[in-house]
Amino acid sequence: MTPEQATRAISEALTRVAPDADVGGLAPGDDLRDALELDSLDFLAFVEALSDRIGRRIDEDDYPKLATLGSARDFVAARTGG
Amino acid sequence: MEKAPMHGPRGPAAPADDAAIAARVWDAARAELDGLPGGRGLNIAHEAVDRHAAGPAAGRVALRCIGRDGDVTEVTYAELRERTSRFASLLRGLGVRPGDRVFSLLGRGADLYVAALGTLKNASVFAPLFPAFGPEPVAERLRIGAGRALVTSADLYRRKVAPVRDRLPDLEHVLIAGEPGDPATIGLADALAAADPEFEIPPTDPQDMALLHFTSGTTGRPKGAVHVHEAVVAHHATAARALDLRSGDVFWCTADPGCVTGTSYGIIAPLTHGLTVLSDAGDFDARRWYRILAEHRVSVWYTAPTAIRMLMRYGDDLPRSYDLSALRFVASVGEALNPEAVTWGERALGMPVHDNWWQTETGAIMIANVAGMPVKPGSMGRPLPGVVATLLRQGRDGRALVTDGRVTEVTEPGAQGEIALRPGWPSMFRGYLHDEARYAECFAGGWYLTGDLARRDADGYYWFVARADDVIKSAGHLIGPFEVESALMEHPAVAQAGVIGKPDPVAGEIVKAFVELKPGREPSEELARELIAFGRRRLGAVAPREIAFDEHLPLTQSGKVMRRLLKARELGLDTGDTSTLGSAR
Repeated sequence: MTPEQATRAISEALTRVAPDADVGGLAPGDDLRDALELDSLDFLAFVEALSDRIGRRIDEDDYPKLATLGSARDFVAARTGG
Repeated sequence: MEKAPMHGPRGPAAPADDAAIAARVWDAARAELDGLPGGRGLNIAHEAVDRHAAGPAAGRVALRCIGRDGDVTEVTYAELRERTSRFASLLRGLGVRPGDRVFSLLGRGADLYVAALGTLKNASVFAPLFPAFGPEPVAERLRIGAGRALVTSADLYRRKVAPVRDRLPDLEHVLIAGEPGDPATIGLADALAAADPEFEIPPTDPQDMALLHFTSGTTGRPKGAVHVHEAVVAHHATAARALDLRSGDVFWCTADPGCVTGTSYGIIAPLTHGLTVLSDAGDFDARRWYRILAEHRVSVWYTAPTAIRMLMRYGDDLPRSYDLSALRFVASVGEALNPEAVTWGERALGMPVHDNWWQTETGAIMIANVAGMPVKPGSMGRPLPGVVATLLRQGRDGRALVTDGRVTEVTEPGAQGEIALRPGWPSMFRGYLHDEARYAECFAGGWYLTGDLARRDADGYYWFVARADDVIKSAGHLIGPFEVESALMEHPAVAQAGVIGKPDPVAGEIVKAFVELKPGREPSEELARELIAFGRRRLGAVAPREIAFDEHLPLTQSGKVMRRLLKARELGLDTGDTSTLGSAR
């Protein structure tokens, strides 16, 4: 995935869990859990939704890489061979 | 002063037979506390803070607070005494009186401890709220509790309180921890600095209201369970027994400060034992948690099934890569702990996870797997000393069958019944605030009826089966379906809503809403998302995570949604005889 495609997949996964989330208003360095008020269960649901979209399992050890929009974009792009 | 308790510790009408036996246990526990100097009564804050600060433990670390970025702040018992005294002086200066409710809407940190214990020092009533609540649950609880003061952060105030403050005429003072904000609020740090560091705790009757914890029922609004200062007797004794707390321990309770566990065992019990309490402001993060356990040499850890199941996803090897040699006892509460989680503890942590059981209303642990007792994975354990528990035969509605005021105990091993407790333990709730009728409904035949169904085996171990009512247990929180349904029905497209707990491998249950739309509105993926968003904005963490549309929700004759039928359908169970449902459409 290109970084743009990765960002789109991430926003889709986020709005699936938290449709009230203003993903467009996020800065790349914002902590997703704080900014969008995601609790631990929301975060797990986000990881699952993202995993569906990119067609790859996301390992628990990689969860910290999904902390911000920017780090998640880089992670998804790298994992999908962008 | 408002005299809080409407009832003595034995509830409305209980026989005194075996309560007398248990009473001896509690008398012995009472003797381990000091009481206020000069025989002026019993106050939780004195037992938790001042009595240690006045002795050789004054310089001991009471709180070790880990910030979100990992920075550590330590507070000794002497410092905690001064800070809580300043908080009490501040309340007194603001005109907040004994018996008045002081709410908190705060994350974990030193300010929370200061607010809780300072409130109790002033003999005011501490009422903690869950910071993940949306504005509606916050407003509802502040209104029911007639909160006079609130301690929160600028951010939480702006998002969750400011939008509803005009509906809260009783709320006179809002104290802001951290960066001050809105001019309608008071900066806590400056106010504390200006407050008197000396404060003499006023005479406190053990039966004075101390804590107000909100919980949810099947129907109606949230209920404010009233606890009194005497509850500290049970907090102290059960922590020693069920959590194996000993002097020198470093204790970490991961429960949210907004729930009863976060107060009874996150704040009060470990401090009454003069221990060091760890508090972490960060969110769940497996590596962070293991690092905390290792670096801070945590010896007793009290957490929740959802957290354990999340840790289990990371496998057995990760915990083995940390030095957990200080860890001696691990316990869990929130919902039933599955056997796999108990045995995971044995493999990954080198000890089983000890499940225990209690409720907001019981104020303290009642049934537990205690240290040294063989753990049966999947069982909540046995009643603690001083706790008289039984199972009662159920009626058709699933609750204990009451005939002419009498109930029937289930005695055969393995049979199911509703867990009931003989009133008389010190931390029993003394009422639901301003709701005498619902309090009275909790008692029958001399028992407190818990609403939880269980089996008891031949060894006296209890095994959780289910809730007897429609209340949802999700990630350790009780969620009342009515509150969620009411919020959804404010949406213009919704005609009717029924909310249930859907089984979930991590959270136990998640909130799922079945929605019947108004004529002319069509179900769509877009509308489902809109309803989820609508719920989240109003309710926060108790919002439904799943929406299903249903053309005709099943109703009882009186027009109430049949949640039990929705749940049975969700589980794919035989929905059984529905002839009693009346006009189930």
